[in-house]
Amino acid sequence: MSDNLVIETRDLTKAYGKFIAVKNLNLRIEEGEVFGLLGPNGAGKTTTILMLMGFCEPTSGSVRVTGYDPAREPVKVKRVVGYMPERIGFYDDMTARENLEYTGRLNGLGGSLLKSRIDELVEIVGLKDRADQPVGRYSHGMKQRLGIADVMVKQPRVAIFDEPTSGIDPEGTDQVLNLVRDMARRKVTVIISSHQLHQLQKVCTSVGIFSRGQVIASGPVDKLGREALRKGNYNIILPIAQLADRVRSEISRIPGVFSIDSIADTTIVSADEDVSAELERVVLEITGLKVQMKVEEFELEEIYMKYFEGPPV
Amino acid sequence: MNGLLEIIRKELADSFNSKRFIILFLLVYVAGIATIYIAAQNIRTAVGDSTRDIFLNLFIVSGSNMPFSFPLFMSIFIPIVGIALGFDAVNSERTSGNLSRLLSQPIYRDNVINGKFLAGLTVISILIVSVVFIVAGLGLRLIGVPPEAEEVLRLFTFVIVSILYGAFWMSLSVLFSVLFKKTSTSALASIAVWIFLFLFMGIIANLIAGAVYPVSQDSTVAQVADYDSLFRMINRISPGTLYSESIQAILLPVMGSSSPTMMMIGIYSGLMPAPLPLSQSLTLVWPQLVGLVALTAICFAGAYIKFMREEIRST
Repeated sequence: MSDNLVIETRDLTKAYGKFIAVKNLNLRIEEGEVFGLLGPNGAGKTTTILMLMGFCEPTSGSVRVTGYDPAREPVKVKRVVGYMPERIGFYDDMTARENLEYTGRLNGLGGSLLKSRIDELVEIVGLKDRADQPVGRYSHGMKQRLGIADVMVKQPRVAIFDEPTSGIDPEGTDQVLNLVRDMARRKVTVIISSHQLHQLQKVCTSVGIFSRGQVIASGPVDKLGREALRKGNYNIILPIAQLADRVRSEISRIPGVFSIDSIADTTIVSADEDVSAELERVVLEITGLKVQMKVEEFELEEIYMKYFEGPPV
Repeated sequence: MNGLLEIIRKELADSFNSKRFIILFLLVYVAGIATIYIAAQNIRTAVGDSTRDIFLNLFIVSGSNMPFSFPLFMSIFIPIVGIALGFDAVNSERTSGNLSRLLSQPIYRDNVINGKFLAGLTVISILIVSVVFIVAGLGLRLIGVPPEAEEVLRLFTFVIVSILYGAFWMSLSVLFSVLFKKTSTSALASIAVWIFLFLFMGIIANLIAGAVYPVSQDSTVAQVADYDSLFRMINRISPGTLYSESIQAILLPVMGSSSPTMMMIGIYSGLMPAPLPLSQSLTLVWPQLVGLVALTAICFAGAYIKFMREEIRST
């Protein structure tokens, strides 16, 4: 296992009687990634997370989280992995600060270190003014943000969020996702499961699409998009309506380019690899113009629909 | 330790801050003081000319207008306290969404259930020790007779056995809190078991023993003794019986045998039982005490195993 692989599963399978919740799952998540778990309800996302946390034992296959088996050495895994369950709850009659303190103590923290860390965290999640109120009076969105603070108390290497944005308003969703992005910036590996594809796209570096207990596609969003929607080809968009014939023929001579189409007021160059640098050079050479061009991007939603289109399987 | 102490600390803080326990404590204290006050008023007639174990008699005597001795009152309240401490131990954590969060911290899973059990045991111990102290202190003031060394030892043993009895009810209700997902179900199940054992066990034992050894007015002493021993054996399924037999022997040195039949035989044969030393009283009820410990251990082990094997889902 390579050093920067934080999570690795091999042929991971979980069966409940005849129902197979997760089937031969091979997941590899590297340090520093923000990995999104996508898929319809019941596709096995939560069960996978439970096995990563050692909350349920795999029927077969193996899991390694930061090099440890969560079923055998749960404490070692939980020391570095933070987990926010789908329906997170706190002790309602305790204040936010007391709840975080309890989590901190269970992690062996205490004293002024814990206190200053909690002060910092309630500030980050925007609950500073209400940190001394009982959590029972919190709104759902506030609880989710407190949940993120709760995960961060132990300063994890890996943070797992199960549906962190379900049931909260768009503003709250934005706040939660900003916090997740913030964690990624602090070099925390983040695993996040969600249905809100648009939001997920904003934070994830890679995604895995689950269907009926299996990952049917995984990788960075743009790669998935090319594979699913463009048969693996690159489309480079030039904001020029009509190309001069000379430019056109020069472009078509770039290795890899196989078609040049004009659509509306843009020109799309299709190639089987990323030729944007070459393209830019050619256009600059001939016309003397530095043209803004971009590689076509994909909506996660489109990709997702592509995988789940057609008759339900 | 990995979090065990933290969990105990938090559970204790929860208990002492919650209204539930303030009410329970007040109830137990008021009832305890009432029983001892009445006992002190009736103690002169009850003790008569005897000079032995006067102080201990405070804990046994009941009044005519309040047929409640201190041990009887304890045998009713301890199950309530035990159930109140345990019935929502695990399932309330689950329904509130705290269990997944708690278990994703670097602690061993068994420390959660151990911590809750130990914290509950601490609360029960504090409650029982304090009520016995209050009652003993008040009794001392009311009758002015200091306890002898052996009486103190007997009271101490009574406290230990009472804590043990509380531990049984708590482990039973913790078991239900692991088995049932809803706190209302586990509370009802615990109370149902308590009511069954408290009210119906005697009736059932009477029916079975009466069917096996019919007793009429013409029955010989031997027949009555047969009936009585079977009746008692069946009753001993109930931990309440084990408890009351134990504390009778511990608090009543004269009750050589805890069976009234044996007393009757004693009276018939002209042999009044002599007071026993504490060690002998304990030997008499040793099986009862072991039974109580075993029942507690079985319930706790069941809760422990179920909890350790359980899959932890947040929904």
